[in-house]
Amino acid sequence: MRDALRIGVLAVQGNFREHVAMLRRLRADVVEVRKPEQLEGLDGLVVPGGESTAIGRLVHVSGLEEPLARFEGPLLGTCAGMILFDRRHLGFLDVEVARNAYGRQVASFEANVDLAGEEPIRGVFIRAPRVEDVGTDVEVLGRLDDEPVLVRQGRVLAASFHPELTDDTRVHEKFLEIVREAVHVRA
Amino acid sequence: MAELGTMRVKSGLAEMLKGGVIMDVTTAEQSRIAEEAGAVAVMALERVPADIRAEGGVARMADPTKILEIQEAVTIPVMAKARIGHFVEAQILEALEVDYIDESEVLTPADERHHIDKWGFRVPFVCGCRNLGEALRRLSEGAAMIRTKGEAGTGDIVNAVRHMRAVYGHIRRLQTLAEEELYTEAKELQAPLELVRWVAENGRLPVVTFTAGGIATPADAALCMQLGADGVFVGSGIFKSSDPLARAKAIVEATTHYSDAEILARVSTGLGEPMRGLDAAALAPEELLETRGW
Repeated sequence: MRDALRIGVLAVQGNFREHVAMLRRLRADVVEVRKPEQLEGLDGLVVPGGESTAIGRLVHVSGLEEPLARFEGPLLGTCAGMILFDRRHLGFLDVEVARNAYGRQVASFEANVDLAGEEPIRGVFIRAPRVEDVGTDVEVLGRLDDEPVLVRQGRVLAASFHPELTDDTRVHEKFLEIVREAVHVRA
Repeated sequence: MAELGTMRVKSGLAEMLKGGVIMDVTTAEQSRIAEEAGAVAVMALERVPADIRAEGGVARMADPTKILEIQEAVTIPVMAKARIGHFVEAQILEALEVDYIDESEVLTPADERHHIDKWGFRVPFVCGCRNLGEALRRLSEGAAMIRTKGEAGTGDIVNAVRHMRAVYGHIRRLQTLAEEELYTEAKELQAPLELVRWVAENGRLPVVTFTAGGIATPADAALCMQLGADGVFVGSGIFKSSDPLARAKAIVEATTHYSDAEILARVSTGLGEPMRGLDAAALAPEELLETRGW
């Protein structure tokens, strides 16, 4: 068994630096992904927040669209990452997501997200997407005013807020747990 | 309880723009081209800096009609400029719900001594700087993002490079200082000790730092990124060139793949004429925009 999990962070644009820092704090071996070959040999992949239209275009011109769609390991998406995973984009998550649905930047906010049976987590919501519909296979792990903001479907974990902007590592720990299970099953 | 306009929320939007290109636009059509090219945000303006420079006169906040038209046209964040110290222009921009206010030296300053007190606003501010002291003073006034100034509207990268070298070089030197030396350093920087100490400990500014002023080619953008910028503003460089869409796309790609010379060579090929530009060193002192603000 290897010591460190090898986690890629999509780094074409956006808040990848904070994800990298947080994953390193949790002792993962982190790779910034800007080209298709950097996806090889990863145990898991994070798609960070950023501008979803810009990330979408850069994924396309960097030749990452198909390799991403074929990626079979665990995935964590935050904000723009969640949008990229939804039904209308990569289809990793059976959810309907509306972009910028809380309004412009003046409406951006932070608030406590309710987690089932755990201490709430501080959620930073920046021009955040809103989950408008979840399929039956999607598990809702975190809610804000009863709306889903942290969801899981099998190997895919996604948040409409930014856990990487706080010091709370629980979402990333949860993701690494999913990765560890997947690595274990594969072995 | 939801909290609006916290520093984390304000600087957080800038965090999402990292590795991206923010483009100056003067029409809805240009903003759509910018979005299509992969810009992470647009700056809504009445005139680009090259035209402000050529036409002269007082440069003010854009007409709200223009800003609303651009907000209608795109889904990416829309920024707009207020004059240095003109807090009422800033209040108006906040009421229009722009996503970021640039308190900018490109417009004619409204106050010769005071910048806007930015803590009182829910909308975040980005401010220009030529050196570390200026950057830290803007942060102490509540800026949530910094950009080095360069010399807007010239297409000449030399001033942008000077300002980045000044900021990043100074940060590196701060990291070598002893605790007792930081007090004197703070005095000389004319900046709060707490901020000076934070920068010395962390080796960077506490907010996202972009580069502006003079970027005209993909190579210019990559140069700024390799020197340590978190992203770039491109003003006149795109819509004053012969093929704006192709150039905009190329600059976006160069900003992502800034350390890959093969990709930079490919995206630099066949872009047509860049903006003509002005030699920044040949400008008379009174023609410089970078000296506005303090």
